Amino acid sequence: MVMTASTWETRNSRLSYAARVRWARCLIIVAALVALEIYGRLFADPAFFQPPSKIVHAWLFTVLSDARITSALGMAVFEIAFAYALAVVFGAVIGLAIGATALSRRAFFPLILLLYAIPQVSFIPLFVLMFGLGAASKIAFGFSHGVFPVIVAVVGGMKNVPALYMRGARSMGVSKLGIFRHVVFPNIAPGFFVGLRLAMTMTLLGVILAELYVSTAGIGYFTRMFAENYNPAPLFALIGSLAAIALAFNGCVRIAERRLSPMRRSAQLS
Amino acid sequence: MSRSTFSALVIQVGFLAILGGAWYWSTATGSVSKLFLPEPAAVWLAFSRLVVTGQFWSAVRVTLTTIAQAYAIALIVGIAAGYLVSRSRFLIDVLEPFIAGLFTIPITLFFPMFILFFGIGTGSKVAYGASYAFFPIALNAIAAFANVETHFLRAARAMGASRWGTFRHVLVPSALPVLLNGMRIGFFICFASVLGGETLSSIAGVGRNIAQAAELMDSARMYAWIAFVVLTAITLNLLIGGLERRASVRGGGAW
Repeated sequence: MVMTASTWETRNSRLSYAARVRWARCLIIVAALVALEIYGRLFADPAFFQPPSKIVHAWLFTVLSDARITSALGMAVFEIAFAYALAVVFGAVIGLAIGATALSRRAFFPLILLLYAIPQVSFIPLFVLMFGLGAASKIAFGFSHGVFPVIVAVVGGMKNVPALYMRGARSMGVSKLGIFRHVVFPNIAPGFFVGLRLAMTMTLLGVILAELYVSTAGIGYFTRMFAENYNPAPLFALIGSLAAIALAFNGCVRIAERRLSPMRRSAQLS
Repeated sequence: MSRSTFSALVIQVGFLAILGGAWYWSTATGSVSKLFLPEPAAVWLAFSRLVVTGQFWSAVRVTLTTIAQAYAIALIVGIAAGYLVSRSRFLIDVLEPFIAGLFTIPITLFFPMFILFFGIGTGSKVAYGASYAFFPIALNAIAAFANVETHFLRAARAMGASRWGTFRHVLVPSALPVLLNGMRIGFFICFASVLGGETLSSIAGVGRNIAQAAELMDSARMYAWIAFVVLTAITLNLLIGGLERRASVRGGGAW
């Protein structure tokens, strides 16, 4: 199968296959940085592009040393965390309510899927109109992006409980609560974690869209200012900082998933 | 079975009727500011006025052209890149985590860079939509082409199929379901990101018109535009869902 290729390559070289993959990845990153550095120093228009060394310099001496920018970044972190927490809690509650009976599922799940498919970007001006220019509109917009994957994951998990398990539990006289605790809940858990991961991606998207849309304050103000002044080094540094924040949030969700996985397994066994 | 479908339908219609009624009632009694929520009649009036103007159709045309260009680029580059990477296990192991890792960062972050490089015309929206849609298309293309059963390939080779024949009759058909899944996700991402790009910063298009109506505090017109986008998205979703169901039924029959 596919594994044969990797075993063949391992036998044919002194370095282990995993080490070669790791080295190739490092090499690509270094080569890309060197290429950008050369391009930025020799060929690029400094109004549009700056080499990585200048971007790091701008990161240290413009982004990190300007209290207004660091507080805007801190605010974004708070908004993402808050919106995500709201999305998970409300998503789980709404998902449980919709998935509770076959009838509510058939009635409301198609509506949820339809709402999920709508490009929510078109609602940004509405959110700003209702919640103002501050953190509230960004949290609300991140929440409205993040809540749907959680609902879909919970309802999906409740829908796919094998009928045999339900019948078995019922015939053994398990109470409704017991069925939920020992049959339905373990079935929700694996899909729920996938939903949590997707919800983080969507929440990040929502908060950042709203941050960029509102250009009079916060991160949107600085990206606009740097872009309009043709000052790309701090712009790239600011975008890089946000990318690092996004990666950190995704990493947290993934670590949480791995930490909670053994619990999930024991729940399935019990 | 059909009875529960019927009662589900009744609940759906009832739920939507209650929402519509709440909208009508809250605006009629004036308990909600008209700036946040204009009356249904005002939105309908704005919508019917909008549709007859040439401005409406030119905005729709700009947006559709942008989406088509962005999607075409994403499809060609995404599938080609996915296919090339999938040819070697080593390349997959080195590059796939990069692509998947980048895709966990919202590409929206880089939107100011697209504006800087390509200006506020349609070029930046094409580049932004294409870059965003590239990721799901390429990731699914890698998965699709890499996981073709080796038995099929070996059998084709044993029966003397040419390289092109193997590609055409074995590789593409068996990769198609996963490939199509990526193309569908990519399309909706492309649609949303072009609209988003237009809303954030542009000079023309549907997204620009939504943002402009909001800036002018013309709520009725903004709601009319949003309704248009929502209806378009729902129609596209039902259309593509229907096509997929038909394709899977036919595929099931063939097996």
